[in-house]
Amino acid sequence: MSAGVDGGPAIVLDKVNKWYGSLHVLRDVCLTVAAQERVVVCGPSGSGKSTMIRCINRLETHQEGRIIVDGTELTDDLHALDTIRREVGMVFQSFNLFPHLTILENCTLAPMRVRKMPRREAEALAMGYLERVRIPEQAGKYPGQLSGGQQQRVAIARALCMKPRIMLFDEPTSALDPEMIKEVLDTIIGLADDGMTMVCVTHEMGFARQVAHRVVFMDRGEVVESGTPGEVFEAPKTERLRGFLGQVLRGH
Amino acid sequence: MGDAGIDRVSERTRGVGPWAWMRANLFSSWWSTAVTLALAYLVLRGLAGLFAWGVVHAVWSVPVGANGMADPSACLDAAGVGACWAVIADKWRLILFGRFPYHEQWRPALVVGLFIGLYAVSAMRRFWHAGLALAWVVVLAGVGVLMWGGVLGLAPVPEDSWGGLPITLILATFGLAFAFPLAVLVALGRRARGLPAVRALCVLYVELIRGVPLISVLFMASVMFPLFLPEGVNIDKLLRAQVAFILFTAAYLAEVIRGGLQALPAGQAEAADALGLTYWQKTRLVILPQALRLVIPPLVNTFIGSFKDTSLVLIIGLFDLLSMGHVALSDPPWQSFSTEVYLFLAVIYIAFCFAMSQYSRSLERGLDRSRRR
Amino acid sequence: MSHAVADERPIPARAAPKRRLRLSWADRRFRAIVWQVLIVGVVGAILWYLIGNTNANLAARHIATGFGFLHRVAGIPIGESLLPYNPSVDTYGRALLVGVVNTLEVSLIGIVLATILGTLVGIGRLSRNWLLAKLTAVYVETLRDIPLLLQLLFWYTLLQGLPPPKRAWSLGHAAFVSNRGIVLPLLHWQPAHTAALAAFAAGVLGTALWARHARARQDATGVRPRVWPVAAALLLILPLLAWAALGAPFAVEVPVLRGFNFRGGLTLTPEFFALLLGLVVYTAAYVAEIVRAGIQAIPRGQWEAAEALGLRHGQVLRLVILPQALRVIVPPMTSQYLNLAKNSSLAVAIGYQDIVSVADTTLNQTGQAIEGIAVIMAVYLTISLSISLFMNWYNARIALVER
Repeated sequence: MSAGVDGGPAIVLDKVNKWYGSLHVLRDVCLTVAAQERVVVCGPSGSGKSTMIRCINRLETHQEGRIIVDGTELTDDLHALDTIRREVGMVFQSFNLFPHLTILENCTLAPMRVRKMPRREAEALAMGYLERVRIPEQAGKYPGQLSGGQQQRVAIARALCMKPRIMLFDEPTSALDPEMIKEVLDTIIGLADDGMTMVCVTHEMGFARQVAHRVVFMDRGEVVESGTPGEVFEAPKTERLRGFLGQVLRGH
Repeated sequence: MGDAGIDRVSERTRGVGPWAWMRANLFSSWWSTAVTLALAYLVLRGLAGLFAWGVVHAVWSVPVGANGMADPSACLDAAGVGACWAVIADKWRLILFGRFPYHEQWRPALVVGLFIGLYAVSAMRRFWHAGLALAWVVVLAGVGVLMWGGVLGLAPVPEDSWGGLPITLILATFGLAFAFPLAVLVALGRRARGLPAVRALCVLYVELIRGVPLISVLFMASVMFPLFLPEGVNIDKLLRAQVAFILFTAAYLAEVIRGGLQALPAGQAEAADALGLTYWQKTRLVILPQALRLVIPPLVNTFIGSFKDTSLVLIIGLFDLLSMGHVALSDPPWQSFSTEVYLFLAVIYIAFCFAMSQYSRSLERGLDRSRRR
Repeated sequence: MSHAVADERPIPARAAPKRRLRLSWADRRFRAIVWQVLIVGVVGAILWYLIGNTNANLAARHIATGFGFLHRVAGIPIGESLLPYNPSVDTYGRALLVGVVNTLEVSLIGIVLATILGTLVGIGRLSRNWLLAKLTAVYVETLRDIPLLLQLLFWYTLLQGLPPPKRAWSLGHAAFVSNRGIVLPLLHWQPAHTAALAAFAAGVLGTALWARHARARQDATGVRPRVWPVAAALLLILPLLAWAALGAPFAVEVPVLRGFNFRGGLTLTPEFFALLLGLVVYTAAYVAEIVRAGIQAIPRGQWEAAEALGLRHGQVLRLVILPQALRVIVPPMTSQYLNLAKNSSLAVAIGYQDIVSVADTTLNQTGQAIEGIAVIMAVYLTISLSISLFMNWYNARIALVER
């Protein structure tokens, strides 16, 4: 485990369990993410990796174990939840931009309503991040007028506008056409240099090698292996990981 | 069915010139030809008969008799052969504006104009923002002032003398305006996760109302509402019917709005949650603007339905457009000319409903196009 | 999809644990409970207030609540009834029952006729014949835009404008149309007819069995035995034989003019006929749109794919198109059937004695307003619930067949 820079770890999952009815989707998941650490989570579909990342900002509720984000434990306590959601940004597989708002309004909505920022300040901030993801000229358009890659970059800018300390990426490139994957990954790699804590669910192995401090392999609701990209990709310890890597490499 | 049957190849054969068009669309086979000829014969005969009755042999006006009443003998002579439009000429102001004082009838006429203007403005996409709600409040308040009077130098007019088209429009429009917020709350309540009691309450309300005919709700309003109120408190019959209308319309609107909420992808709510918006912020800023836009066509259809349903107040003795037609027919000289009066009423209803349904259809086409894009 | 994984060891199942509730406004579940108690409490308080007022008002007016009046003699004259009914002997309960039966009668016949007419009009709208397509479109557009009540009043006054019985239009001196209704000759019912009906029922059962057998044969041998000759024999010839075996009796009761009205035969009153006509013509416009949408919802690729497989036209329609179209048609059709049943309550405006009309008279005579309205609502809720249960069952069945 790499040590946190300013004190404690950013995210701690301690023996987290979750069920959908009688289906056990997370089994004793333990994971600690240090501040400024970049973790890539991979695994076959249905392995629980998306469920796990969605538990971190409580889009899904876990039923057993503890999840501590930025020093605050996630419980039914709504104040704690508000705090955490302000500090954790999320990027979805299907972008989930608000189609009835312009790009700029998408980005200023939360800063103005949640952080109570004045409009002018929020718009300046949003334009800054839109420049960062290299689409400031689209600010007045609606999401439906943008390509998938551009929409996903807006979604990243929207999350960044809340100045989160932690960013969660839930398969950010899975819904994109191949030629757009690179522009989105490049944007994320650009953020990596800022020293932001990141958890990213993805199948992009090249991306994982380039940015991840650590790769976590999940299967059937369990964390099976975890280590540096080199350890995980070059020297898999379990048959399950070997099988998965074989499939992914063959598929690409 | 044969060749006159299902046209499953939607692009029709497009020939050149009228003859080719007719061969493709009217005489494509012996069966189609037979259908065309038979229908053309019936249509022409029907139209010719209608023209003869409604125009050629029609009586347009009758003299006023010695007793001050219209003398319908010219109409009676033409009965069965020609229409008696004199009944409309004599009674149109009674039918449209009821027993509103004759010299004040510009007020209900203006009210009708205000309502039509309100509908037209609401139909235009560029007015779809918060200002529209304000326009509704202003217009509805104006309607109240014009009808009741008593302020701004307008003579007060009691509700008993209201009638005709304004009543129809008031019941439908106020019904929509008040049912709408209630319906939004019920629709949200019906989808509230983690609030099973509220959900059950909303389901019970919606299903109970939708399971019974409007007339039973109106009966309830006219005979049971007085029992619900403490002794001495009495509310007007029109207001009671209005409340019944609101409760009835809200249940149907709630189902329409629920459809819109369901059609919205779950990702929208999740994205709003992930950004830290509260429930009400999420609902107001992200969910409702999208869900409501999605259901505008069915909302308009619901409104058309409730516009037609206002005619049911005839049964509980209120004077809407249809009831005023009835009143006009109860006048002795005109008793046997109901067909003319009913046709006149039908034309008014068709004008309103047709305009609204064409509008809803054009919106639907627009939505389809934007979805495909 | 854990196909990537070689290790399939079973992982011991564990059940989800329960959580304890924290009494704090920040706790999600505590907040949920408070909200619910609050909302249900407010609604309950309003109801309590209204019920309290109602009781006070009823006491002040000396009205006793309860359904005791159902056992009192009604004295409501009812013009037409499938059940035997005598106003001077029978009770309010019986009168209301007659009303329910009248509602069901007009609704059921209306549903069947509206479906037939609506389907024809809907298919007509899709016709390649331009004139037919336009005329049906005008029909749909116009009739949907006129309030049903206006249509009912129009039909009713039209029927009342017919000549009196003495100058009735007659069709072969057997059926008569007058302002007192339509009188049709009625078959004099004899045991042979009952036997024929029983034979027909047996024929239906036999046809169903034969169709099952045909399917089993087709599964086993690939050849499908013909169904229709057997069906025709069972459904037509069997009842005819039964009827002939008992002497083939056929006696018709022809209506005759006696005084001011007709005696004998089957009478459709102007009230019933106007209501039925109005309901059918109005609802058919909606049914037509549903049928049209249902047929148009099937992509052309389905026809092409089925024809490419070598199915014949009829087979494509029966095996591929209809099952899919029905899935689109059934849910909105259900709500149209419900609407028709509810709209039949407009009977009260033209004097057909359905449940609303009888209950209205009852509550005016007895002053039992709450009970009268409760009866109306209970009857309609039962009808609505039955139709939607049946249609849900049917829907689930065709959805399964399709899968």
